[in-house]
Amino acid sequence: MFNTALTWNDLLFLAQGAGMTLMVTAVSVAAGTVLGIVFGLIRVQCGPYWSAPLTFALDVFRSVPLLIQLVLGNALQSIMKLGWPPFTTSCVVLSLYTAAYCTEIVRGGIGAVPPTTRRAARSLGMTWWQDMRYIVAPLATRVSLPSWIGLTLGVMKDSALVLWLGLIELLRASQILVTRLQEPLFILLICGAIYFIISFPIARLGGYLEKRWSPND
Amino acid sequence: MIEIENVHKSFGELKVLKGIDLTVSKGEVLTVIGGSGSGKSTLLTCINGLEPIDSGRIVVDGTDVHARGTDLNKLRRKIGIVFQQWNAFPHLTVLENVMLAPRKVLGLSKAEAEETAVKQLTHVGLAEKLSVYPSRMSGGQQQRMAIARALAMSPEYMLFDEVTSALDPMLVGEVLDTLRMLASEGMTMICVTHEMKFAREVSDRVAFFHQGIMAEIAAPEQLFDAPQHPETKKFLAATH
Repeated sequence: MFNTALTWNDLLFLAQGAGMTLMVTAVSVAAGTVLGIVFGLIRVQCGPYWSAPLTFALDVFRSVPLLIQLVLGNALQSIMKLGWPPFTTSCVVLSLYTAAYCTEIVRGGIGAVPPTTRRAARSLGMTWWQDMRYIVAPLATRVSLPSWIGLTLGVMKDSALVLWLGLIELLRASQILVTRLQEPLFILLICGAIYFIISFPIARLGGYLEKRWSPND
Repeated sequence: MIEIENVHKSFGELKVLKGIDLTVSKGEVLTVIGGSGSGKSTLLTCINGLEPIDSGRIVVDGTDVHARGTDLNKLRRKIGIVFQQWNAFPHLTVLENVMLAPRKVLGLSKAEAEETAVKQLTHVGLAEKLSVYPSRMSGGQQQRMAIARALAMSPEYMLFDEVTSALDPMLVGEVLDTLRMLASEGMTMICVTHEMKFAREVSDRVAFFHQGIMAEIAAPEQLFDAPQHPETKKFLAATH
């Protein structure tokens, strides 16, 4: 017979951790996506020469492990006496990390829209902005969506690293329970299941949107 | 009126247009023929400002297309262009493809834009395809949709850039019929084409381009039956 010391309160504790994971992910992906769109547009419009400093900065965020970025970001805000709580620091660092990847996704998406299609739009008298809004954005979104879904799922799992700044998200909550109850396999199984439960709808949403758009392609 | 004065255009080292002089009057149908790389298509994209020119002038109804301060977006409303590749907007239905620019550029209401779009799509024989996505149509139908899309802006001039070149021979006829219809309605048109029979039939004048220069321009009967320039003769002999 299977016995466990896990109580409903412990499950509630895990759920609260999952809530924190979702919160950090939502803020970081939202801010990172907005920044990624802005940076992606700058990279496309300004060309490789003028956007070289931005490209270099984003390469740093893509190349340095997230854990190091979180620790350095926390140290930096402390040195600069910004007084940010761990949640803010975590979201800022994760947003920049997300933006670095999202920039490339956006750039690739815009690049995938055939120049001839954009030229047809401009030939009808559309402005650059109208071309971007009504032609490029919908087409680039379709191309970018699978990568963006992958990025979101990746950030959700990477957000576990914010535990190093003291935030009690899902993995940290699991660790606390493991230490107290000494049932690592069972608790990590539950933790993994919760990660799956919150990731699965996002993955399916991507699949649904791809399928919905594909008949028109 | 479209006035082209001593227009030069290069892509890097490659000189594509070497001093083109040409005037197209209102209501005229001018056909441009010539070999690949002769500068025909480049001239069309220069006329509506999609490509800048190196020197010379292109004036449309008194507006210098390439002058500083010219509102190209406004100018393009009166110069429709249809390309070899129809460039449908794949995420929009046929009706939406045609409605988009009238709504967003001309500021028509949805009902007005729809009325215009339906009228133009009916005009080109696509009244049954309003809610279809472009990917579900043949190349000829997509090309006719592209023509309707340009016509929905009520342009005063239409530029056609080898609009039948990418089509299956079976589909060429339906697009040429649409162009014939427009010509008969008095639309001012510049057609770059390899369809000699069509050029002879609908044109007021035919221009022959060779290596960036306009080697010859004449009425179709004269150019096709008694070409003067040796390169025109060679080209026509090769196409017969």
